Amino acid sequence: MAGLELLSDQGYRVDGRRAGELRKIQARMGVFAQADGSAYIEQGNTKALAVVYGPHEIRGSRARALPDRALVNCQYSSATFSTGERKRRPHGDRKSCEMGLQLRQTFEAAILTQLHPRSQIDIYVQVLQADGGTYAACVNAATLAVLDAGIPMRDFVCACSAGFVDGTALADLSHVEEAAGGPQLALALLPASGQIALLEMDARLHEDHLERVLEAAAQAARDVHTLLDRVVRQHRAELRGGHRLVLGAGFPAADPAHLHVGERHGLHHGGGAVCGRRPCPGFCPGLRRPPQEVGGSASGLA
Amino acid sequence: MAMEMRLPVARKPLSERLGRDTKKHLVVPGDTITTDTGFMRGHGTYMGEEKLIASVAGSVERVNKLICVKALKTRYIGEVGDIVVGRITEVQQKRWKVETNSRLDSVLLLSSMNLPGGELRRRSAEDELAMRGFLQEGDLISAEVQAVFSDGAVSLHTRSLKYGKDVDLSCPARTRHGFAPSSTHLLTYPEAHISQLGQGVLVQVSPSLVKRQKTHFHDLPCGASVILGNNGFIWIYPTPEHKEEEAGGFIANLEPVSLADREVISRLRNCIISLVTQRMMLYDTSILYCYEASLPHQIKDILKPEIMEEIVMETRQRLLEQEG
Repeated sequence: MAGLELLSDQGYRVDGRRAGELRKIQARMGVFAQADGSAYIEQGNTKALAVVYGPHEIRGSRARALPDRALVNCQYSSATFSTGERKRRPHGDRKSCEMGLQLRQTFEAAILTQLHPRSQIDIYVQVLQADGGTYAACVNAATLAVLDAGIPMRDFVCACSAGFVDGTALADLSHVEEAAGGPQLALALLPASGQIALLEMDARLHEDHLERVLEAAAQAARDVHTLLDRVVRQHRAELRGGHRLVLGAGFPAADPAHLHVGERHGLHHGGGAVCGRRPCPGFCPGLRRPPQEVGGSASGLA
Repeated sequence: MAMEMRLPVARKPLSERLGRDTKKHLVVPGDTITTDTGFMRGHGTYMGEEKLIASVAGSVERVNKLICVKALKTRYIGEVGDIVVGRITEVQQKRWKVETNSRLDSVLLLSSMNLPGGELRRRSAEDELAMRGFLQEGDLISAEVQAVFSDGAVSLHTRSLKYGKDVDLSCPARTRHGFAPSSTHLLTYPEAHISQLGQGVLVQVSPSLVKRQKTHFHDLPCGASVILGNNGFIWIYPTPEHKEEEAGGFIANLEPVSLADREVISRLRNCIISLVTQRMMLYDTSILYCYEASLPHQIKDILKPEIMEEIVMETRQRLLEQEG
């Protein structure tokens, strides 16, 4: 874009970040009661929702069953309202298929499929708002969802995008930076071992710079891992604390006229680096009242 | 018609349960549990580069030399002797496929089902052809796990017995389990020793919340009966009145259930859901106490968050008093 410099002289990007800085990440697990595992993630303005079903018996054609491994089936879909212009994206179109395939390759590398022969694991990802780094957000959301479902994995899969502007490698590109046309790379990493699950780039980059861009992406992925780790532990602490309401679709109210919109935003208590200040619009629009006093002392064991 | 709307509120979480699980070592996939090679690896772990690494997010459990990581939420993992409630998904050549919220569909062999009249004979071709007459796709059954295959699939059997008495001579230690289709389908064998339960409500919960007990069939004093399947499927039905009656002569129990019974069943269902939302273990005592605690409220109010908390708090209190 003419006139818009992606990296200022002082080293600030368009949205005020530094070259290697990530956008704010907020995530939540266990969003849907009826799925085996679900998660929601916001990376800056990019919002993705992942739902996992499985492992379960293969539906449809029995012939697809693999006798020694589980079949991983990924579907990607992008909401019509996710981009600046409202655009209808039919389910079978090329981009969705390609993303689905990439997600499948990523998760086949990470999930221990030998433990569940003849079964199928379904991962459905939907992008609710796309502001750059959609593949990374999808992978991060899907990792949390797979963890939530209790499916064994080698390690977290953390992904981040990276680009190269003016001799500097930038991490976690936003839509503006992606649209500028420079080289960009998407990396999915297994942080503990440093193994790469997927590396994708379809632009031209001089090989001398590849090392730096790759390192920037890897470092960003490791930072994402720290954040996701914290989200998982927090989620578990909440579950142990015994009190968590999830989106009502799993257990509809007996009286249909009773709209049950209330929901506790899992991160809005006590703050901390992972908590965001603004509520996440998809799930808790509206007020926050002071919490009601729960009568009596909470007893220990049940 | 009066409509109620609620605005979202940030809720204060209940304080941590005292002493429970605070000492447990929580891990996420990729975490090294130990580098000591003397340990045997159990579920939820894998060996990588001389280290024992966790593969699920959960708490580490150690029994002598065995280390395993127990995930918070998984599908049902079958163990021999469990009572499960399942739904028929397929009728195959000599068996039925039953969906039981596990990793693979469970299998109910034709030879594992008692023939009408209690005969003991080899199943013939006519029996195979009549399979659909017994159980069709969509029927609900309660059965017991007979065996677990190497890939984790579970084999079920329904040894149908008259209530309370053990007619099956080949396995005298078996507890009672019934055959409970919920569809309106008629059996063609007039002398089926199968107690048909007919109508009821199915609630699906996480398998980890159902407590293991000696018996999973409970007749609650409030007027309904409940089957707590180990796989997380809970079947609530009106207590049949004529229990001692001979089941020779098939009765399709499709007569309308009385309003009082239906209210009891709805209330029980909402109570179970409130217990599950608060992550409390489900067993007959907890369900009963929750039912009694919910009596002052209207049935549909039980699902409101604050009333749910109140009821479950009271239940927890009563259970603690009862224990100690």
